[in-house]
Amino acid sequence: MSDPTALLKLRDLRLDGQGASGTTHILRGIDLDLAKGEVLGVIGESGAGKSSLGLAAMGFCRNGCRFAGGSANFDGNELIGARPAVLSGLRSTRIAYVAQSAAASFNPAWRLIDQYCEFPVLRGLMDRKAAEKDAIEIYEQLRLPNPKEIGFRYPHQVSGGQLQRAMTAMAMSCRPDLIIFDEPTTALDVTTQIEVLSAIRSAVNELGTAALYITHDLAVVAQMADRIMVMRHGEVVEEAATRTMLDAPREAYTKSLWAVRNIRPPAKPLPPTDTAPLMQISNVTAGYGSNDTALQDIGFDVHAGRTRAVVGESGSGKSTAARVIAGLLPPRSGEVRLDGQLLPPDYRKRSRDQLRKVQLIYQMADTALNPRQRIGDIIARPVSFYAGLRGRALRERVREILSDIELDPDTYMDRSPAELSGGQKQRVGIGRALAAEPQFIICDEVTSALDQIVAENILTLLQRVQRDYGLSYMFITHDLSTVRAIADDVTVMQRGKIVEQGTATHILECPQHEYTRKLLASVPEMDPDWLSKQVSGVDSIV
Amino acid sequence: MKTRLANLRQVPPTALFGIVIVILYIVLAILTPALTPYSQREIVGGAFLPWTSAHPLGTDSLGRDMLTRLLYGGRNTLGIAFVTTILAFAIGMAAGLVAVTVGGWLEPILSRIVDMLMSIPQLIFKLFLLSIFGTSIPTLILVIAVLDSTRVFRLTRAAASSIAVMDYVEAARLRGEGPWWLMTREILPNITAPLIAEFGLRFCFVFLAIAALSFLGLGIQPPLADWGSMVRENATLITFGDITPLIPAAAIAVLTISVNFIVDWMLHKSTGLKE
Repeated sequence: MSDPTALLKLRDLRLDGQGASGTTHILRGIDLDLAKGEVLGVIGESGAGKSSLGLAAMGFCRNGCRFAGGSANFDGNELIGARPAVLSGLRSTRIAYVAQSAAASFNPAWRLIDQYCEFPVLRGLMDRKAAEKDAIEIYEQLRLPNPKEIGFRYPHQVSGGQLQRAMTAMAMSCRPDLIIFDEPTTALDVTTQIEVLSAIRSAVNELGTAALYITHDLAVVAQMADRIMVMRHGEVVEEAATRTMLDAPREAYTKSLWAVRNIRPPAKPLPPTDTAPLMQISNVTAGYGSNDTALQDIGFDVHAGRTRAVVGESGSGKSTAARVIAGLLPPRSGEVRLDGQLLPPDYRKRSRDQLRKVQLIYQMADTALNPRQRIGDIIARPVSFYAGLRGRALRERVREILSDIELDPDTYMDRSPAELSGGQKQRVGIGRALAAEPQFIICDEVTSALDQIVAENILTLLQRVQRDYGLSYMFITHDLSTVRAIADDVTVMQRGKIVEQGTATHILECPQHEYTRKLLASVPEMDPDWLSKQVSGVDSIV
Repeated sequence: MKTRLANLRQVPPTALFGIVIVILYIVLAILTPALTPYSQREIVGGAFLPWTSAHPLGTDSLGRDMLTRLLYGGRNTLGIAFVTTILAFAIGMAAGLVAVTVGGWLEPILSRIVDMLMSIPQLIFKLFLLSIFGTSIPTLILVIAVLDSTRVFRLTRAAASSIAVMDYVEAARLRGEGPWWLMTREILPNITAPLIAEFGLRFCFVFLAIAALSFLGLGIQPPLADWGSMVRENATLITFGDITPLIPAAAIAVLTISVNFIVDWMLHKSTGLKE
């Protein structure tokens, strides 16, 4: 395993973080070897220390952190404790970094090509003319449209996927030996992700650059990496060549990660659809402002006890649809009916009972819970507000709900949201919705901010309470594996219109519309050859 | 209790100094009648008597005991400033929260009124209003409170509007909660940190405004003691090299600095900034 020719060598690397609550060990002794031209995938849940590891590989640690021991050796240069001048000489010319959010990493006041040329010119590697020519070559290699012109645009004038590729191009500008990718495609839609992934992979192969590819998505890492390292709690759990790792994971934790991927819901008898639908949305057109049309003549039904997944990429209008149903955005035309009864378009005009029956669960559990209220109070309010319970009866009911969402009432009743993990917060969000005893719950990307294992638990919980209380869900998501796991019916949206809808099996097994097929084909699979197949498939179509 | 003590040890020395001084001022203000044998209106001897054991700071231009008037001056000014600040906050916070929570046409109207009030130089405006309405203490309190509430309004509105867009406020609105619940339960608890800091600063400004107005003769009226008017009445002493008239001025300065130290520390804590 130890390779004397390794480009990057980490030995027993330790990183501590100083917080208000004392010292936390972020990295607890990491050993790592990365050969020239090799791509190492680093995966783990949030908080595993992946990003800190990526930064440490450049000899950098965030504010409030410090290296507590060990060494990081890059091609003979020790990075830990090196003088800033040495580090800044290595960074960008020999080590480069691609961050998760390209939009936040570009200077909005400079054109892309200016930012590309900055370093090669600054380091005296090329003059401005040569750097511009080089930029166009790299843009071409990364398959950016109009490589000759795109560099002369400002960051806000190109799409997210293009920006991410422009950033990768920038990282390659000095032909570094090592590029660190920190979740470069996590913020992108699946159809964009596939383009970015294949562009990055071919460029990395062509230039022979070594890479640390950090992600939480197993299927992505399977496409990109030669070797995979699994991290947890700042430690290496397991490390092996990609195919070995996928076929035969050794550690229990790795196996559990793999197993999550393949989970399918238990077959349940589907509630019938021949009765009158519970929620009926018909001919809704809506937009923000007078010229904007975020939704164009959409309509769908949700039957009692069933889940309708609304799928689409960002900007497809799925969240707008939720806002119309909730009454936050009165539509320009069309109507929303609950149980056959017309709901007033503005929530302020709806009766208390109408409000109670439709509840929302939010994507970001952090902003969905008032940090100044205790968990018990957050859940108690809908109960006392709608059902009028007081005192002992109220307390009993809150305890019941907490047990229902699998949080121990004695432990969690008096905690504040800050004392909970992401998954627990999302449970409280679900609990608050259940406390209203609703009929219809809108789940807006409820699992997309969560790690896979936690997300699966949340989905299981949602399915259980659906069975127990006969709830109907409208499940907004961009993640098709979530759709597979819980949807009964699926609506596919694109640019404010519904392109296709039907039962989940129908849509997932034999999609009719081209866009649906593209969407389904873009979801990465665990097979390491998947990306190659997809790309050659796309190429052959072209 | 143990953690409280441990926390106290982490308080920076400047803030500790501020806390001690403010507590001292409050204690002195409360205990004033017990601390001095004279009354603030009582003439105890000749004018401008030097410092003696009977009159530790001498007497003023009318022959009243200087130390007594210094103590009563603190009591009067602190009390009035405190009431004024509370009133300014009551008005400013209520208007700010209503503007954000109820919104609609109310918000621009309130904001424009505040802009109008703020566009006139504060001290001149106060002098102007006090000369129209007279210089009784209730008028003084009301005028300063209304004019200072504009800044409280702006702060409250800015802080509250960043909270009002949070999902949990939306969830409460969708639950059907009324504006009272939204303001007091969802928004207010999340903006207390900047408001408390502002309270300290606002108190200083109100205090300074009262002292300035009194110095100009439109604030607290004689024979009530007040630090601002004490500086004016005894200012002639400075020409004779006597520092006595500077003592009330120093008292104002020390209090202002102390409150600022405390506010700095609290802002530090609430924003989580390190050095």
